[in-house]
Amino acid sequence: MVATPAHLRRSAAALGNEEVLRIRNDFPILQQHVNGFPLVYLDSGATSQNPLSVLEAEQEFYEQRNSAVHRGAHHLAVEATEAFENARETVADFVGAEWDELIWTSNATEGLNLLTYSFLNASLPGAGPEAARFALAPGDELVVTEMEHHANLIPWQELAARTGAVVKFIPINDAGALDLEAAAGIIGPRTRVLAFTHASNVLGTINPVAALVALARSAGALVVLDACQSAPHLPLDVKALDVDFAVFSGHKMLGPTGIGALYGRSELLNAMPPFLTGGSMITTVTMERAGFLPSPQRFEAGTQRISQAVALAAAVNYLSETGMDRIHAWEAELGQRLVRGLESIPGIRVLGPAAGQERIGLAAFDVAGVHAHDVGQFLDSRGIAVRVGHHCAQPLHRRLGLAATTRASTYLYNTTDDVDAFLNAAADVRAYFQA
Amino acid sequence: MSLDQLYQQIILEHAKARHGSGLAAAAAPMDASSGQSHQLNPTCGDEITVRVSVAGGKVSELRWDGDGCSISMASASVLTELAEGMSVEELRTVIDSFREVLRSRGKVPADPEVLGDAAAFEGVSRYAARVKCAMLSWVAAEDALGQAAGRLTAAP
Repeated sequence: MVATPAHLRRSAAALGNEEVLRIRNDFPILQQHVNGFPLVYLDSGATSQNPLSVLEAEQEFYEQRNSAVHRGAHHLAVEATEAFENARETVADFVGAEWDELIWTSNATEGLNLLTYSFLNASLPGAGPEAARFALAPGDELVVTEMEHHANLIPWQELAARTGAVVKFIPINDAGALDLEAAAGIIGPRTRVLAFTHASNVLGTINPVAALVALARSAGALVVLDACQSAPHLPLDVKALDVDFAVFSGHKMLGPTGIGALYGRSELLNAMPPFLTGGSMITTVTMERAGFLPSPQRFEAGTQRISQAVALAAAVNYLSETGMDRIHAWEAELGQRLVRGLESIPGIRVLGPAAGQERIGLAAFDVAGVHAHDVGQFLDSRGIAVRVGHHCAQPLHRRLGLAATTRASTYLYNTTDDVDAFLNAAADVRAYFQA
Repeated sequence: MSLDQLYQQIILEHAKARHGSGLAAAAAPMDASSGQSHQLNPTCGDEITVRVSVAGGKVSELRWDGDGCSISMASASVLTELAEGMSVEELRTVIDSFREVLRSRGKVPADPEVLGDAAAFEGVSRYAARVKCAMLSWVAAEDALGQAAGRLTAAP
C-alpha cells in the first residue's frame, strides 16, 4: 500500500464548503458552464463524476500495465494481475469484506442477476447437495420492499416465475419508511430470501438493516442488500450489518461505468452454482465436464473489466482519504437543506422523510401543476442537472400516487451554494409554467 | 437556444387548454368507424390513449386521455384542433410533415401553412430528449387512423 500523501491525509474536522471547493478542483467536468450558468450537478444518485486520480489510474493502467490477468508468465501479465487483485482487496476492504468475497460485476443490476440466476441454477434438477440451500420450490417466498429500484425487483420476479416461488413485499408508510410491523407478518417460515435497499434512491430513507436482518435470521432466510445508494455515501461494513450478499455500482461512487461488485459470504459463494461459465473460472476441463474454482474466480468467467477495477479502487481511495463519515455528515446536511428549502416553496411536495428526519443527501419532489419533465428542462436552462421520471421505481411512485418526480441528489463535491442555486430555480418553476 | 423558444406561449396555452381531452365525453362511439391506440414513453412514464373516428372519409372526432409533460399534452391538444374535419389522407400528410420536422434536429423548418399551430413545436426538434414527448399523441393518432381506415376498407 502506498502511504497517503500529506495534503490528502484526512482532517478530523467536519467537511465544509471551503474544503468542498478544493475537492471540486479534482473534478474537471464540474468546471464547465451549461446554458450560460456554472454547472450545478445534482444527479449523482444516477451517476457520479470522476476525480482526476480515477481518470489517471485508468490511463496509467493502459499506458503501463495492460495485459490479460491470471495467465501468461510475462512481465505485463504479472503487473496487470497484481493491479487487478490489489484493486479487489482495496474495494473489499472499503465495504468490510475479505478479498475472496468480492466478485466484480458490470454494475449492481448484474450483481443481482448473478444471484438470481445462480439460485435458478441451484433449483434445477441435478444441481447437487451443496446447492440445495439456494434451491427454490413452488410456494417459497422471496420478500422485497415497496421502495425497491427495478434492479432489485424484476430479477426476483423473474426467478419466481421460473421456480414457482412467490414475491411478497414490505409496504411503506406515509412517512416513507418501511412498515416493520407488516414486515414481521410477511417474513415467515416460507421466506427464503429478503432483498432490500439500504437507502432509497427516491425517498432518501435509510432502512433499519439490523431489524430486517433479525427478522430474516429468525425465518432462516438469506439477506440481500442493495447498497447502491449507501456504499458511495456512508461508511459501509457488510460484516457488521451481517448481510449475506450486497451489491453496488462503481459509477455511483466516483468510479467509471462498467464496473460494480457483489459481496457474498465466503461459504455461500463457494456453495453457489456459477451463473456465467467459461474461461478463467475452471480447474480441470474434459470434453464432458468441468470443475470450478472457488470464489471469486468461480463467478468471473471470461476476460474481466480490469482497467475499470483499477479505476474503481482509485475512486474508493479518494473516498477513504476524504473520510466516509465526513462525507455522510456533509451530505446529510445538504439533504436537510434541500428538504427545508423545498418544503418552503408553495406547491412543492417532498417525498419521504420530513425535514429533521434522517435521510441521505437527496430529495425527490412533485411540483403541483408542472410535470417533472418540464421541471427538469427549466432547471437545465439554469445549468442545473437533476433527474426526472420514475427513477426506476414505478411501484413506489404508484404507491405515492405519482407518475414522475424530480430528484436532486448531492455528493461530496456539492456546496451549499449548489443547493441554494437549485432552490432558487425551483422556486421559479410554477410561475414560468403558469401553474 | 432559449427556453422560451421551446416553451412557446402557444404551447403553454395548449398544455392548459387540453383540447380533445376526455375519452369518456366522446360523441362518436368506439365502433367499426373508429380506431384507438395507447402509447407509452417508458423513460418518463408519459401515457396517452387516442381515439380517432372517421365518417365520410373525414376525421369526425379525435379524443384522448393522457398524462404527461406540457409538451406531450400541448401536442395532443394542437393535434385535436388540426385533425378534426381533415380527410384521412390530409391528416396522414400532416403527421408525416410533423414527424419530419421533429426528427430533423432543427434542420427542417416547420411550414405553418401545413402544420398550423403545430409549427410551434419546431423548437422541440433541437431537444432530442423531448421529441418523443411531442410525437406521442401523433404516433397514437396515426395508429388509430390506420385501424379505422383498415376497418372501413374491410367492411362490405
